[in-house]
Amino acid sequence: MVKSKHTREQIFDLLSAIPDPEIPVVSIREMGMLREVFVTDQGYEIIITPTYTGCPAMGLIEADVKMTLEIAGVKPVKVSLVYDPAWTTDWMSDVAKEKLRKYGIAPPLHSSCNQDVFAHNIIQCPRCHSGDTVMLSRFGSTACKSLYKCNDCKEPFEYFKCHF
Amino acid sequence: MTQQQALYKYCLRLGDNALVQSYRLSEWCSNGPILEEDLALTNFALDMTGRAQALLTYAGKIDGNNKTDDDLAYRRGEREFYNILMHELPYGDFANTIARLFYSATFEYLFFSGLMNSTDETLAAIAAKSIKEVKYHMAHATDWVLRLGDGTEESHRRMQNGISENWMFTGEMFEMDEVETLLAGVSVVVSEIKAKWLSQVSKVMAEATLTLPTDTYMQTGGRNGIHTEYLGHILSEMQYLQRAYPTATW
Repeated sequence: MVKSKHTREQIFDLLSAIPDPEIPVVSIREMGMLREVFVTDQGYEIIITPTYTGCPAMGLIEADVKMTLEIAGVKPVKVSLVYDPAWTTDWMSDVAKEKLRKYGIAPPLHSSCNQDVFAHNIIQCPRCHSGDTVMLSRFGSTACKSLYKCNDCKEPFEYFKCHF
Repeated sequence: MTQQQALYKYCLRLGDNALVQSYRLSEWCSNGPILEEDLALTNFALDMTGRAQALLTYAGKIDGNNKTDDDLAYRRGEREFYNILMHELPYGDFANTIARLFYSATFEYLFFSGLMNSTDETLAAIAAKSIKEVKYHMAHATDWVLRLGDGTEESHRRMQNGISENWMFTGEMFEMDEVETLLAGVSVVVSEIKAKWLSQVSKVMAEATLTLPTDTYMQTGGRNGIHTEYLGHILSEMQYLQRAYPTATW
């Protein structure tokens, strides 16, 4: 039997420092991938959820969580992957969205934009804020982003697809 | 067949559909007509690998013999794979791949919408997750069917070929047997989504100036492990490492 020395809040604080492996300006907590921390007499269980089912960063995130807690002397730790409730970009905080924009990635629109499969939405350029942009490719460097171009400032940029 | 055996087979069928589709799509890596299509098709492949991983992991738990997702992907023989035949056929030209993706993503969109209401919580969760991705697959495939179908003479000819050649393999998507019957409430009644699928497919094809194939003989077998010669070749490559070095780990 392990007597827990760390509170749920302390664990959350420790894990809040872990950046998203693909977009290091936001943390896994801000992204909504860190779902829950359970503190019991048996140890600590960390619940994470993938953005996309095939997200190749999950293995790395799990390793990061374990390493962060190991260094802080938190043990034993179990990391569990859950699919339910399914991740949505609506879980991203406004602060996180602003960080994305400053990083050059247009943040996701509210999920309601995705109700119609074939809808075409106006995506604002993260650099000059123009709404005159065009999609170059529905898929970009990662599964969660599309590639766009701004017709005003002529800069290409990525858009974090809304996912509801 | 027990309820447990039925659920195991149901998960394998869904998992194998995702895995084999993913394998064929990933063959487009570095072979796409343009870089953006390389990205799109391999992104889909990645989504499907993730879906296969979730479903095969669950299948392993149901089976109860400590089989992992990797065991099920790499250590089963051809006759123990239950994907539909369409997914294992060689990818052909780009229009052929798009035709297949169009048929299957349109189906999967309806299918996972139904599976989200499954009484099995794990399947419902996987469905809720998958449908978000399938929407993109469907939108993308539909865009290309329209663009190629209503494009140049050659693109139209190729798109029509793809649509016609894969037609005889679409019937298998709507088959039901003992497995589905035993899993009432858990499984999706696919015979009920056929009309919706046909109406969506017909609508897009009309807009794309393509001709809907007339109903013909439907080839079947994969759902029960009877495959074309192509699956064996896929497995010989995919499973090579685990077969040559059975205890190898990452």
